[in-house]
Amino acid sequence: MTAGTKMTVRDVSVWYGAKPALSNVSLDIEREEVIALIGPSGCGKSTLLRTLNRLNDSVAGARVQGLVTLDGEDVYAPATDPVALRARVGMVFQAPNPFPKTIRENVAYGLRIHGLARGRADLDAQVERALTRAGLWAEVRDRLGDPALSLSGGQQQRLCIARALAVEPEVILMDEPCSALDPIGTARIEELIGDLRGRYAICIVTHNMQQAARVSQRTAFFDAGRLIEYGATSELFTNPRETRTRDYITGRYG
Amino acid sequence: MTALLLAVFGLALIGWLAGHARALAFTASRGVLPRQQGWYVAVWTGLPALALLLCWAMMRPADEITLPAMLALLLALVGGGLAFARLRPGFAAGKRVERIVVAALFAASMVAIVTTAGILLSLLWEGGRFFAIVPAGEFLFGTHWSPQTIEGGDPTAGMGALPLFWGSFFIGAVIAMGVAVPLGLLSAIYLSHYAAPRTRRWAKPALEVLAGIPTVVYGYLAAVTVAPAIRDLGVALGIGAASSESALAAGLVMGVMIIPFVSSTADDALSAVPRTLAEASLALGATPSETVRHVLLPTALPGIAGGVLLAVSRAVGETMIVVMAASSVATISANPFAPATTVTRQIVDLLTGEATFDSAKTLAAFALGLVLFLLTLFLNFVALAAMRRRGAARA
Repeated sequence: MTAGTKMTVRDVSVWYGAKPALSNVSLDIEREEVIALIGPSGCGKSTLLRTLNRLNDSVAGARVQGLVTLDGEDVYAPATDPVALRARVGMVFQAPNPFPKTIRENVAYGLRIHGLARGRADLDAQVERALTRAGLWAEVRDRLGDPALSLSGGQQQRLCIARALAVEPEVILMDEPCSALDPIGTARIEELIGDLRGRYAICIVTHNMQQAARVSQRTAFFDAGRLIEYGATSELFTNPRETRTRDYITGRYG
Repeated sequence: MTALLLAVFGLALIGWLAGHARALAFTASRGVLPRQQGWYVAVWTGLPALALLLCWAMMRPADEITLPAMLALLLALVGGGLAFARLRPGFAAGKRVERIVVAALFAASMVAIVTTAGILLSLLWEGGRFFAIVPAGEFLFGTHWSPQTIEGGDPTAGMGALPLFWGSFFIGAVIAMGVAVPLGLLSAIYLSHYAAPRTRRWAKPALEVLAGIPTVVYGYLAAVTVAPAIRDLGVALGIGAASSESALAAGLVMGVMIIPFVSSTADDALSAVPRTLAEASLALGATPSETVRHVLLPTALPGIAGGVLLAVSRAVGETMIVVMAASSVATISANPFAPATTVTRQIVDLLTGEATFDSAKTLAAFALGLVLFLLTLFLNFVALAAMRRRGAARA
């Protein structure tokens, strides 16, 4: 393990019931980098993401084998509390999913759950900080009491990012965060990922290869539950080692 | 009459066979199905005749039978004959039969609606006659109820129905809901978000079987088992008013009966909350119970509230349990151990005695029914509006 590694994945396999979803995957998530997971639908990239914060625990019949560590600690050790783990590993979902509450309450949710705010003023300050980091503060500062669902799709997704940032996670998992957004909303999120890099270790699943090339430093290509190729993004996109990778990134797949 | 109906159906059958046979003769042409030509003739033979008989039966009792019989048979022959005469190659009988089928389906769906309207009209009519004798204010807000003793005297005395409405509210909306809402809601939370699929598979139907038990069974459970136990408990606690016809006994049993209504609507509302909302909460490090409390319940609240209102409306209209376990004496008391009566119980008492049909006493039953009907109609209306708002919020 290098000094810059935040999470490691070693020989991880996942099954849903009897169906294997991921086989013998090993990779590292670096502290100050964005890693992109790409591959065709059903290749296991979202499964890997949900394995990292143990969200698969709540899926009936899901089974995980292998080692996942966060700062060297085994994420699946019996002593690890998944609730505490998820406070350190935040997640942004495919479609914006703000709670049907006000904008302020969405961001304050995690703070309240974890008792991170001391008093009203502190809560407001932390809400403002999270919204600022998510690049949404200027747009919503005058309407924090409005329902979150009154925001546009792109704003909702940035609100979901702010909600995840508010609890000060160390890792942020993003599951195709732009798939429900228009090009402008997508550009804002990509810009935001660039701003957040360095402060958080970021792992993003995407279907969009240009996006992977733009935002990530490392890319992992999956196919049929296996990690086919894993390396520096610039390398993987210009000079892939595997034929399957080349076929996929040049659009000759399938 | 039976013979007449058989004759009409017989003619229709002959019409079918005749149409079918005739169509077979030119079946070579495209777009003609002999079966449909047969149905076309059969429908025109049977329907007008049956309609005529139905009208006749409704207009006057079956004292005169020869004239309508002749008319009906004639109509069957004429209708069938005309239809038969129209058959020719390329005649789109199928389309016409289809139109009649649609009309029949529409008529079937109208039956329930027309019946509801009819019930409302008759309640309004009889209720209006009652309110011509007893002022509405006297009836709705009077506190003295003893309609059985008014013969001869002042008809407005003893017609204060407030104790009845209080009893219905206290038993149905307070005590029964006090049982059904917490238990129904908790079981819905368990079933929708905690239970393993295997547990859910048997527990959910088992719970819903509760709704299929005849209410009379609940009634004797209340009267024979629960009511004496409640009275003994009341006596042991030193409550003077403790009665074996207590509000508590009827309300508790009614509450158990209502559990499946609450749990099933709450389960639907909770299951309709998008899975990603629950996952968003879990991914923020919330525990499952925090997720239920702060995300699932608030999101599902309109649907749950609608379900509870529907349950209240059912509880207030419930009759059998209160006939068997509640009191017939009308008093206003907030003591759950004291006897209590309900609107439905009193309607049964008023109509099962021997009385002329238009005495104030019988009319009072219609007035009670009218108010109860309007009340539950209003509750159902609000409930459905609440549930629809949930649907709109999700879209």
